Amino acid sequence: MILVFAEQRDGVLKKASKEAVSEGKRLSSKLSVPVAALLMGKGADQAVDEVKKFGPDKVFVMEGASLDQYSADGFAEATANVAKEQGATVILFPATTMGVDVSPRVAARVEAGLVSDITGLDVADGKLVAIKPVYSGKALATVKFKSDIQMVTLRSNVFPLEENSSAPEVTKVDAAGISPKGMVVSTELKEGGKVELGEAAIIVSGGRGLKGPENFPLIEEVARLLGGAVGASRAAVDAGWIEHSHQVGQTGKVVSPVVYIACGISGAIQHIAGMGSSKFIIAINKDEDAPIFNIASLGIVGDLFKIIPALTEELKKLA
Amino acid sequence: MNFLVFVKQVPDTETKIQIAGDGKSIVEDGVNFIVSPYDEIAIEEALLRKEALGGEITVATMGPNRGEAALRTALAMGCDKAVHLEDGAFEGADSFATAKALAAVVKKLNPDLVFFGKQGVGTDNTQVGQMVAEMAGFGHIGMCVKLEVDGDKIKGEREIEGGRETVEVSLPAVVVAQKGLNEPRYPALRGIMQAKRKPIEKLTVADLGLSADEVGAAGSRTEFASLELPPAREAGKKLEVEPEVAAKEIVAFLKNEAKAL
Ligand SMILES: Cc1cc2nc3c(=O)[nH]c(=O)nc-3n(C[C@H](O)[C@H](O)[C@H](O)COP(=O)(O)OP(=O)(O)OC[C@H]3O[C@@H](n4cnc5c(N)ncnc54)[C@H](O)[C@@H]3O)c2cc1C
Repeated sequence: MILVFAEQRDGVLKKASKEAVSEGKRLSSKLSVPVAALLMGKGADQAVDEVKKFGPDKVFVMEGASLDQYSADGFAEATANVAKEQGATVILFPATTMGVDVSPRVAARVEAGLVSDITGLDVADGKLVAIKPVYSGKALATVKFKSDIQMVTLRSNVFPLEENSSAPEVTKVDAAGISPKGMVVSTELKEGGKVELGEAAIIVSGGRGLKGPENFPLIEEVARLLGGAVGASRAAVDAGWIEHSHQVGQTGKVVSPVVYIACGISGAIQHIAGMGSSKFIIAINKDEDAPIFNIASLGIVGDLFKIIPALTEELKKLA
Repeated sequence: MNFLVFVKQVPDTETKIQIAGDGKSIVEDGVNFIVSPYDEIAIEEALLRKEALGGEITVATMGPNRGEAALRTALAMGCDKAVHLEDGAFEGADSFATAKALAAVVKKLNPDLVFFGKQGVGTDNTQVGQMVAEMAGFGHIGMCVKLEVDGDKIKGEREIEGGRETVEVSLPAVVVAQKGLNEPRYPALRGIMQAKRKPIEKLTVADLGLSADEVGAAGSRTEFASLELPPAREAGKKLEVEPEVAAKEIVAFLKNEAKAL
């Protein structure tokens, strides 16, 4: 069986989880084994209808006091238990902050090979073959498994969503016996409605060319009009213009949106490491020799303080 | 308190990657190796904790002889002593086999608090800290951007999509450091001089009570079949036009090519 850890929070299924279940479904026909989705924690029950749309043959729902709050070791123990009981040979995780935190513990428990943040997946001789960017995307590794159980985390926005309605058997799994060592005691979410960087289809990113924190609203407005998220270069983050959680690059987030719009960003190797796998890149920079233009699908040479307001006007006309 | 920090030596982030003749590793000649940037944050956090609470910091690495330079850097920053897992049998380890060896170090040294960087820049896996925690039977705080030690437990904030969550774990525990936790210090000249006299203990597979088939390539659950350079991205059109025209071009591109509008 292919087991997909389908992250949900308070009944809301993550987009990255839908991508993971979609990929699980595709793998299930390649490997001729069933695919199951595992929903865990408070609200898991409410996410069942949503997860069904992506074609799982089975859904396991695990709720209980010990799983009400997220716990890396508790969630890992619960996942490993289901994997062992069901004889899972493949376990897929979305490469969300939760997937990244839990999956290594599961791998340690079930003695599986784990490849993180993969951008491609195939099957050869009945085993998985994963494509994984290494050296911050400067090289691509083809990774094979030696273990019986094979695990991967899937980079967001790479594996296509595919609706495939099914009528799966839904099984409740007992969470008793799980006693977490570490536990979330509080969660602080920023104002709702903002699109998360890792999940955004469009990212509008600002660098040192923005000149100061007072100019970030310029790109925030563009992001809002496009339904996208705001990113930043390390230069902008280090200057204290915007929080580190927005940093894209080698020491920030690795993103692969459909469109990445780089405004006043030169295109240092460490920045490209975080966004070089975007489907389309638009660069706005006043220096026609800026390295970012070497990878831009559309390059605009000019002053961002003139171009961005014009773009904002143009986008407002569409609204 | 007894602190243990694991570090990894990685190619400088400026390195231009070239694929070696075997088709699955990189050319190391001329590559400048550094302490992985996230591991510097891990070292700094251990130093801050020691300054507040007292105790001793051991820094450990697994890898070839050149790894000693990474240990010297950590010692120069202020760690007290070092452990170097150096044995041909450790070579070619994936995250699982690495964690197996490092968990044996944890068992041997019995620390209260273990620090890792979020990922080794290069393999970019974000796995080893959590795996070691699991193998050692410890709780952990992943992607930690704020940490408090409170008696026999720790409380830390970690980044999640759209916000932060606070995690509480009792000691002994593993902390996986994310950027934002602190600003790593530079080793001072005095520290560099002192580091030369600090001890580095070499450990082999046998010293850790492990067998050669549990570690290195033999103990790995995954293997690189090949390594390739990504397809070069072709630059598209580059325009230098009036702002209003540029704006229209961008919108047209979003609509027609990216199909994002
Ligand atoms: C270990 C390490 C890790 C790193 N990790 C990261 C990382 O994760 N992410 C990251 O981004 N960087 C990272 N860096 C830093 C990286 O090397 C660069 O310093 C950084 O990306 C530069 O940011 P920038 O492009 O905003 O600034 P700059 O390089 O200063 O570029 C600013 C650009 O803005 C343009 N500009 C200025 N004014 C205007 C205007 N009015 N209109 C249009 N264009 C204008 C300029 O022409 C220039 O190209 C790292 C570095 C190291 C050593």
